[in-house]
Amino acid sequence: MLSARAFTRRFFGDPTAVGAFVIVAAVVVMVVSAPWLAPQNPYDPLQIDIMDSEMPPSWVAGGDERFLLGTDAQGRGVLSTIMYGTGVSLLIGFGAVVVQAFIGISLGLIAGYRGGWIDAFLMRLADIQLSISTLMLAIIALAVFSAAFGPEAYAKLAIFMLIAVIGIAEWPRFARTVRASVLAEKKKEYVDAARVIGLSPGTIMRRHILPNTMTPVLVISTIQVAEAIVTEAALSFLGLGMPVNRPSLGALIRSGFEFIFSGSWWITLFPAVMLMLLILSINLLGDFMRDTLNPKLRRGDE
Amino acid sequence: MALLEVRGLEVAFPKGPHDEALALRGVDLDLDPGERLGVVGESGAGKSMLAFAILNLISEPGRISAGSIRFDGRNLLTLPAKEIRNIRGNRISMIFQDPMMTLNPVLTIGRQMVETLQAHRRIGWAKARKLSIERLAQVAIPTPESRFDSYPHELSGGLRQRVVIAIALLTDPEIIIADEPTTALDVTIQAEIMSLILRLCRDNRVGLILITHDLSVVAEVTERLMIMYAGKVVEEGPTRQIIDHPGHPYSRGLLAALPQRVERGQRLNQIPGTMPGIADLPTGCAYHPRCERAIAGCHIDIPELEAHGSRRISCFRPLLAGAEA
Repeated sequence: MLSARAFTRRFFGDPTAVGAFVIVAAVVVMVVSAPWLAPQNPYDPLQIDIMDSEMPPSWVAGGDERFLLGTDAQGRGVLSTIMYGTGVSLLIGFGAVVVQAFIGISLGLIAGYRGGWIDAFLMRLADIQLSISTLMLAIIALAVFSAAFGPEAYAKLAIFMLIAVIGIAEWPRFARTVRASVLAEKKKEYVDAARVIGLSPGTIMRRHILPNTMTPVLVISTIQVAEAIVTEAALSFLGLGMPVNRPSLGALIRSGFEFIFSGSWWITLFPAVMLMLLILSINLLGDFMRDTLNPKLRRGDE
Repeated sequence: MALLEVRGLEVAFPKGPHDEALALRGVDLDLDPGERLGVVGESGAGKSMLAFAILNLISEPGRISAGSIRFDGRNLLTLPAKEIRNIRGNRISMIFQDPMMTLNPVLTIGRQMVETLQAHRRIGWAKARKLSIERLAQVAIPTPESRFDSYPHELSGGLRQRVVIAIALLTDPEIIIADEPTTALDVTIQAEIMSLILRLCRDNRVGLILITHDLSVVAEVTERLMIMYAGKVVEEGPTRQIIDHPGHPYSRGLLAALPQRVERGQRLNQIPGTMPGIADLPTGCAYHPRCERAIAGCHIDIPELEAHGSRRISCFRPLLAGAEA
């Protein structure tokens, strides 16, 4: 393990990591303060005027200074929808990773520690899950759900559905990573010592082995947040994600997509740039953590 | 009756699809309350295997294939998992070889101590902490209050082994199994740790099973000695007697190999050959290919462990005082 001080030093010596962190932090601050900072609330129909629709960004001829990045087809300011929509995307991204991590870590711990047929069974289950593409599973699950409960209920529960579906579809990544670390950790003597002390298998797994497998989990968590956000964007783009009245970044890109050829490029471009910036920064942070926390890739300046 | 009574203990490991190899081949062991027993042998003789088997902790794919282990009158091999956990670490505790490895690197020493206590008795954090610090002081750790919150990597090897000993003593066990407790330490620290273990066992009347390959340590600490070779006990008896007059040729070989028994400038003694692996044991006495006293019958029958006065020897031609040299 790397000490906190060494980690911080490494972090500040890496301009890419600092830059990525600043962007992610800025996005989070923006999302949290959206209700106070955003010029309008895109969820409030009273603040939306259809007469404002499809205005270009304010610096372009025909733009309105009230809408810095222009407006979409319903008259919502693009800047405001991005500020709110990014929050929805982040929420789904983090939520899905929490679900993934919970399922994946639990099953990975059990598989690695118990071994034998339990291990074989859980890992084959993971193989099956991985052989089904996340998008395909999500499309089927979400289509069935909206058909069964109607669009009304779907709109209300979409965010939870997306978290659950993306969470369940991607658990094997955590399970495999944790299992591999558990296999390495359980051969160490401190595990024997814990058994000799008379601790129960559950306690040994949770309190002794789990904390020692957290480094790789931290790394894949970061990457998985980015993956989940992209998956959600793709689903929304296909019309299966967030509803129009509570858009995420993917839904925003989709809503503007139809207007690109009529010249309203800003409706799609700005959310897309936001999405790209966010994913890139999270992935760069993930790369930094992988390189720094993996002792085999570590530079010799420790 | 002895506190711990092991009879005919066998541990088997799979060898090929239908075959098994025995890592322990019928081991008997008795330990009275407060008695100190040494178990000596080369690497691979089955010493550590014996320690784990006593706690019924042989891990897959090995298994205990025969024998019984009675502790305080109860057979540990048939006890339900919950009850045996109540004995492990509570009434029988263990000290491992490498203190770098036996402490969990991500938990503080205090947490590991309190956890041990709480696994076996209902005790609050404050009380557990007080008791833990008391034990740390007992094993002569300076400033135990501040050490309680340290992580293992903040301590030296000798200090860590003291912590491991303190953990082993936490629950006032009746038996401590020490598996080569000083092998991983500096020579200067070894003597300190060994005398600490000896003092603590003596003061608290704790039984000790000391597993080692260091005969000089055994001579100082233990009352009785057991010499193992290829999964079997070859000689067992009072430590002093065996060291002064070894009865089994293997015991004599081990003692002769001690550097301090050789005159300066002379070549060191050694036993020719190496110990066979458990998968390819020779027929008859496992030691006969290396034995200088082997006779024709040695490669046919396995010698029984037979009583000779106060000790037992498994050899067809034991070296007994008065017998031909």
